[in-house]
Amino acid sequence: MNLLLEAAAWLADAAHWTGPGSVPVRVLEHLWVTALVVGAAAVVAIPTGVWVGHTGRGRTAVIAFAGAARAVPTLGLLTLLGLWLGIGLGAPLLALVVLAVPSLLAGAYSGVESVDGTTTSAARAIGMSEWQIVTRVELPLAAPVILGGVRAATLQVIATATLAAYIADAGLGRFLFNGLKSRDYAQMLAGALLVTLIALLFEVLLAAAQRRAARAARPAGQKSTSPSNPVFPKGPS
Amino acid sequence: MKRLLTLTAIAAAAVLPLAACGNSDPLAEDSGSGPAGGSGGPLVIGSQDYYSSEIIAEVYAQALEAEGMEVQREFRIGQREAYLPELEAGRLDLFPEYTGPLLQYWEPNTEARLSDDVYAALSEATPDGLRVLDQAEATDQDAYVVTEEFAEKWDLETIDDLADVDEEITLGANSEAESRPNGPQGLADAYGVDAGFTPIEDGGGPLTVKALKDGDIQMAIIYTGDPSIAKNGLVALEDTKGLFLASHVVPLAGDAVGEEAADIINSVSAALTSDDLLELNGRSVDEQLPAATIAEDWLAGQDL
Repeated sequence: MNLLLEAAAWLADAAHWTGPGSVPVRVLEHLWVTALVVGAAAVVAIPTGVWVGHTGRGRTAVIAFAGAARAVPTLGLLTLLGLWLGIGLGAPLLALVVLAVPSLLAGAYSGVESVDGTTTSAARAIGMSEWQIVTRVELPLAAPVILGGVRAATLQVIATATLAAYIADAGLGRFLFNGLKSRDYAQMLAGALLVTLIALLFEVLLAAAQRRAARAARPAGQKSTSPSNPVFPKGPS
Repeated sequence: MKRLLTLTAIAAAAVLPLAACGNSDPLAEDSGSGPAGGSGGPLVIGSQDYYSSEIIAEVYAQALEAEGMEVQREFRIGQREAYLPELEAGRLDLFPEYTGPLLQYWEPNTEARLSDDVYAALSEATPDGLRVLDQAEATDQDAYVVTEEFAEKWDLETIDDLADVDEEITLGANSEAESRPNGPQGLADAYGVDAGFTPIEDGGGPLTVKALKDGDIQMAIIYTGDPSIAKNGLVALEDTKGLFLASHVVPLAGDAVGEEAADIINSVSAALTSDDLLELNGRSVDEQLPAATIAEDWLAGQDL
């Protein structure tokens, strides 16, 4: 309890809110890293997942890959990539993309695949092209599950982006490492609290977006069902 | 694996001296039953749970055995909280230590930083019944390290020489260095040298070495006893103003260590240079040799 108070005092200290390396700067860096990573991972994973879900091709490979990639320890990967790319943001960004891809891929793939076959057949029967089926039928119906993947990936990346500070001067992880190594546990806890707050904020926002997508995907008149999330074993993060 | 190595090392340590006695060591034959050990019973030698400390302890042990003294090895005993009480109680007689950290253990608020000051303060601070013998030249402490090319380009030997460097210097180290006396702030205060800072959280490990070689950083904080310094062509800069706490290898001895034994250990310390220690550590890390073999080979090359 005492430590919590100290962390609160650390956060309340005006000196920690201005200048280079202050709380707002670190929070922005953290959000920037998260946005870059989730954005880059989405560009790779979502089209792939949608394609696999639509065609059914490469299903086994994607499931195996997504499962295996979840087991990769991010810190180990970061060290390996760091030895290859050197210090700076490159290695952490790449390691975090590897962390984010499985959730996004699983969301996109299982979302599209779970669309009722009779619905797509009906769309095809009224003369829609494959492209139209994907964009106008499958994507809207799969949106809640795809967003579930985005939500899981974002949460993981926000929590793990602290590792960027392992070899780069960026993000809220700087408070964690600095506090840990210099036994300034108030600073460390303050950093952890900030990460938790950001994670919760995004969790609430994305959950709302997911609910809205689920409402839109529901055929008129049908009773509400809670949005389903992609079912995949959780890996270490 | 580590345990297996330790066991192997202990087994080898137990066998090797016997073989030496049986074969060719005339000194061992001559004074084997003499008064060498002092007050009777073997001298008990300990070491920290740190490979480099074990090698040094093994060197002490073999050097004493070569003079016909009886020793008992109690290696890999963890940290100071565990073994210092044993030394004070007389259950351990001889222990390889490091001047700065040992002084800080007894006097947490000490201001001594430079080698001689630390040794003098340590001699004062050592409790009754214990004494420190001569310190070796060999150190195992944090230091500023640069690449050979960088050192040659700017003709660097000490940290003072950094004042002449005409390009930007970035220091890479664990993040706590940023707020510690040996970070950029202390460097500017003590030496008037300005440097940037990049956190690399692997404690002077491979990522730090890689960053040095890539030129992402020009200077890093790495242990002087780390074999990667020699292996990667790095140079440690001499710290003339005491930014880093001096940490020489120093034997801590109890009353059971008599004059003769102390002389032998002092001659070992006199011969143990920083380069020697790097070589000893390197053979452990790179060749995975047991401490006994490394110590034996080193002693064979010395004229004690």
